[in-house]
Amino acid sequence: MPGDLREGPIVIVGASLAGLRAAEKLREEGFTGSLTVVGDEPHPPYDRPPLSKQVLLGMSAADTTGLPMRRDPDADWRLGVRATGLDPVGRQVLLGDGESLPYDRLLIATGTRARPWPQREQAALDGVFSLRTRDDAGHLAERLAAGPRRVLVIGAGFTGSEIASACRERGIAVTVAERGTAPLVGALGGTLAKLAAGLQRAHGVDLRCGVTVTALRGNDGGRFTGADLSDGSHIDADVCVIAMGAVRNVEWLADSGLAAGPHGVACDAGCRAFDMYGIVTDDVFVAGDVSRFPHPLFDYQMLSLEHWGNAVAQAEVAAHNMISPGPPRRPHLAVPVFWSSQFGVNIKSVGVPTYSDQVVIAQGSLSERRLVAVYGYRGRITAAVTVDMAKWLEYYQGLIETAAPFPPAPGAADGHPLVTEFALPSDVPDSKGLSHGPTVALTGHLPDRRLTVVRPAG
Amino acid sequence: MRLVVDLTRCQAYAQCVFLAPEMFELHGEEALLYRQEVPDEQLGRVRQAAAACPVQAILVGEAVIAGAR
Repeated sequence: MPGDLREGPIVIVGASLAGLRAAEKLREEGFTGSLTVVGDEPHPPYDRPPLSKQVLLGMSAADTTGLPMRRDPDADWRLGVRATGLDPVGRQVLLGDGESLPYDRLLIATGTRARPWPQREQAALDGVFSLRTRDDAGHLAERLAAGPRRVLVIGAGFTGSEIASACRERGIAVTVAERGTAPLVGALGGTLAKLAAGLQRAHGVDLRCGVTVTALRGNDGGRFTGADLSDGSHIDADVCVIAMGAVRNVEWLADSGLAAGPHGVACDAGCRAFDMYGIVTDDVFVAGDVSRFPHPLFDYQMLSLEHWGNAVAQAEVAAHNMISPGPPRRPHLAVPVFWSSQFGVNIKSVGVPTYSDQVVIAQGSLSERRLVAVYGYRGRITAAVTVDMAKWLEYYQGLIETAAPFPPAPGAADGHPLVTEFALPSDVPDSKGLSHGPTVALTGHLPDRRLTVVRPAG
Repeated sequence: MRLVVDLTRCQAYAQCVFLAPEMFELHGEEALLYRQEVPDEQLGRVRQAAAACPVQAILVGEAVIAGAR
């Protein structure tokens, strides 16, 4: 390996899971140069999944979710400061405090933030929350501990559903408003969404689907009191959680010339960022929620994933490639894996359920609330979702990786015949109809920006 | 010390729940909940749990300290 790749400086923008894992991996593979990690939050890297589970249940305090290090990355942590721009020619990251950091190679791992409620004054009402950061979780947990009469959750994606589950477990009345036809429909399709809706109702959630919230209401003191729905009804509540999905943190790259847009920063299989012409860069890398990358198992479509496991796997590939000359570089080919726990069940997904046209219940059943659903696209297996049957996931992952035919052969897994004799439509809706974003988005082949040169006639 | 469980790997074998019941808890059949902050008196049990996990999903380590170099 040429010596200069082991030297720096390297700058990582984003001090969460992907940023930390990349920093550790760089040192593990012998990077000896200076390493700076920039994060806009004042906190060192922490784990987010517990925020909507343990923390809301009151089992853990929000400030105890700090991530352990595998090794000390010996980094200069620049926390509480935002990256505001990128000069790819001068190789500088511009910071909100006016400073600029020179780099030899850069990793973009800025992740996502909660999609805000569009009306700013309504969003500012006391009692209206989002749940993305450790501070968000701390404030919301405090309010739940005070025993609100009712919580309104807007959006029934994974985060919204987990929040509703935590509220019910604490005995708090909760209303969930979802624009789509059922909870989790955007991630799992219509068949499993029926199970999700049944779970919510069985646990006493006042679930309203096919409606939008048209206004948040407050009293003269600026406290949230309730919301109006598109069906003309009104919900009285004293806490509202906006769980409408995530927005990718790409604004700081607007003038960078990179292919950065609403779906994230496009990169190749080796995590190298594309510029807006679709030309791959050699010194700017991308990892985690903010990236979109082509995946061969899903027809080389660009995938945007908001998965814990993807942040880890992609950060490690990016870090390896940042300090490797051409041939030893590795592709990021990990199969997407996702989990959620809510209403007493564990839901895990492997592959991309939204990349499907049919689904079959291969084991278990909807009524037992214990099952494996296998998804297919044009005759091959593209995803599997388990409900309280996680041990089977690995088996189905193998079928996805080998493009096994769909539906799976009867008895393929455990000797039992397929539960449903016929495959059903997987009924994946257009994500525009959801209150929340999908956690996996197929974003097409094209870079987000194209240029047109207009020459005045004459 | 802090811990994190890679729930992508976790298959609910529950070895950790047996070895360190104050730190790990199964919620329902197979959803694992855990405390991230490891008190000194639990460290030995947590290390045992990490070693015993059949899918090696538990990571124990120092927390990142901001500003530390």
